[in-house]
Amino acid sequence: MSEALAAPRAAVVYNDDVVKKFVIASMFWAVVAFLVGVFIAAELSWPALNFWPPYVNFGRIRPVHTSAAIFAFGGSALLGTSFHVVQRTCRARLFGGEALANFIFWGYQFFIVMAALSYVLGFSKSREYSEPEWHIIVWLVIVWVAYLVAFTGTLIKREEPHIYVANWFYLSFIITVAMLVIVNNLAIPVSVFAAKSYSAFSGAQDALVQWWYGHNAVGFFLTAGFLGMMYYFIPKAANRPIYSYRLSIVHFWSLIFIYIWAGPHHLHWTSLPDWTQTVGMAFSIMLWMPSWGGMINGLMTLSGAWDKLRTDPGLRFSVTAVGFYGMATFEGPVMSVRTVNALSHYTDWGIGHVHSGSLGWVAFITFGAIYYLVPNLWQRTGLYSNRLAAWHYWIATLGIVLYITAMWVAGIMEGLMWRAYDAQGFLQYSFIDSINAVHPLFIVRWLGGVFFLLGALIMVYNLVMTVRSPRTAPGLAGRFGAPLAAAAGE
Amino acid sequence: MHFRHEFLEKNAIVLLVASLLTVAVGGLVEIVPQFFIENTIEPVKGVRPYTPLELAGRNIYIREGCYLCHSQQIRALRDEVERYGHYSLAAESMYDHPFQWGSKRIGPDLARVGGKYSNDWHFAHLRYPQSVVPESIMPRYAFLEETPLDYARIAADLRTDRAVGVPYTDEDIANATADIEAQTNADANHDALLKRYPKAVIVPSNGRTISEMDALVAYLQVLGTMVNFADTSEEQLQR
Repeated sequence: MSEALAAPRAAVVYNDDVVKKFVIASMFWAVVAFLVGVFIAAELSWPALNFWPPYVNFGRIRPVHTSAAIFAFGGSALLGTSFHVVQRTCRARLFGGEALANFIFWGYQFFIVMAALSYVLGFSKSREYSEPEWHIIVWLVIVWVAYLVAFTGTLIKREEPHIYVANWFYLSFIITVAMLVIVNNLAIPVSVFAAKSYSAFSGAQDALVQWWYGHNAVGFFLTAGFLGMMYYFIPKAANRPIYSYRLSIVHFWSLIFIYIWAGPHHLHWTSLPDWTQTVGMAFSIMLWMPSWGGMINGLMTLSGAWDKLRTDPGLRFSVTAVGFYGMATFEGPVMSVRTVNALSHYTDWGIGHVHSGSLGWVAFITFGAIYYLVPNLWQRTGLYSNRLAAWHYWIATLGIVLYITAMWVAGIMEGLMWRAYDAQGFLQYSFIDSINAVHPLFIVRWLGGVFFLLGALIMVYNLVMTVRSPRTAPGLAGRFGAPLAAAAGE
Repeated sequence: MHFRHEFLEKNAIVLLVASLLTVAVGGLVEIVPQFFIENTIEPVKGVRPYTPLELAGRNIYIREGCYLCHSQQIRALRDEVERYGHYSLAAESMYDHPFQWGSKRIGPDLARVGGKYSNDWHFAHLRYPQSVVPESIMPRYAFLEETPLDYARIAADLRTDRAVGVPYTDEDIANATADIEAQTNADANHDALLKRYPKAVIVPSNGRTISEMDALVAYLQVLGTMVNFADTSEEQLQR
């Protein structure tokens, strides 16, 4: 990686336009996703906020939040960074030309808007994280195939002899998500004109297919893709090579092989066959190792460059993200153990776990990449304000801590109350008692979300000013002064 | 032959195919046998396809995202069985396209809510949940009562459900509209309906236009009631 910085550029003109578009989209959707999240968290604390039925009822808005966070914010960040990374590490312009790149960008944004509108207007397949009805999914698949073509095409026409490790992860993310989306959405529409379909699978089999998809939406969309991001932006920002090449090979293949088995841990103690639950649990525990392989490779890359954490707020986000990744991928295997799962499943512990992954890992690694990318893409000398980025960092971190601790306490409390017996051997609490008990924690969770949203707004302001302020205009000495002078000559 | 990882790093298509094959294994080993191992879903007496009205109600349940707060899966744990009833059997959701097991309980499990409350209770609760459970955080669904049920397409729904494996007969499909009207009319003759769909609960619309709430309540009232767990006859146990 370090040589990429130092070596004089060959005359390849990269398609930065599509990357810029995705960066802007990603920031826009980040604010939307966090705002909707804050709103539905408030609904759970103060149900009067379901004030405009049915459109803002919790059940219709929650898929808007999850889709906006995963596919709109995370997805735009993944597509954008993957195009940035694949071009630079292959030293080749994006395959397919402007037209294909623009089709992918606008096609993907169209998918997001259609999906969100459809939930609010009352269309849903009720498959978590894959709610859009069949025609929207067909559109997504078309866009996704175009994405696969653009990405693989760029790999094929590369000028570098090796395919860089970040691209292995991006490639595996793209092809696996294609497989998951297609299988999980197998269904028969009622008619060509009806936005209603019936799943090809039923009951226990349908549940397994859905959680095979659902868990690997986490595994490949939210993990493998973002590991690709980690493998480029951390070495780049730290100006250090990847710690261990061998480790990256071992953990790449073991991660993608093992992840796909872990789905059944979402279905412990249910009417899914026991053998499937046991296999799912065993692989979930094994998954701890390749996950930490990625964490170790990310963190150790900073050997000799830890001082940069004091001066580079973007890198601080990336490193904290890897820390949260390590924590969440330890918590996951613990929760996949049947005995723990008997307590944790159906409770807010699961919600907390998801958010330590999505806020701590996914959002933070993205913020790190974006703080690096924006001055770079818009050819500025640096961020408008490192101080504001530091404020973002601490406010967002505080938000996450409030969020996940509130959900740990709430989740364990719910689990314990549901199984509590009184001295006479009767169940001690009614269900509504548990809802009352967690009310204060729901408010703390909402507050954590508000903090996180606030941090994102600071970031957006900082990035807009980075692009617009004369303070960061090129020509002045700054962090990106030297490489950008070269880039400007391209 | 000595394998070098370099080979994968230098051939994009090989890398693509190798990673796809690697991820295909887990799914194939876990999912495919579910369709072939006989005791994945052990048959149980009483499980039947939904009545057209129940199916329409189920589609409203899906549309409104009820599954985001209510599970329909009682786990085989002592406290769950005591709170909600017999643990869920695989056969009980064998006609559910898609399944509605859920993943989070912000409200109680509904796998056996059928028959637990009266129709009137459900109407009051859906209109204004806090009127019957003061601390409830559930949104209001009064609009369902004011929205006429659109069942012009119901036969096509049954036909599609049959295409994915639910054993609706030609007779069921031909009578779909009539069955909806019979299930919402207290004065109608229910013999044919109950013969096709035993234990269907009549939700009288009392002369009003049939509403979405009628359909939803019919669905809620059948949940978990199809199997008779008191039936411990030798025939049932041997199945």
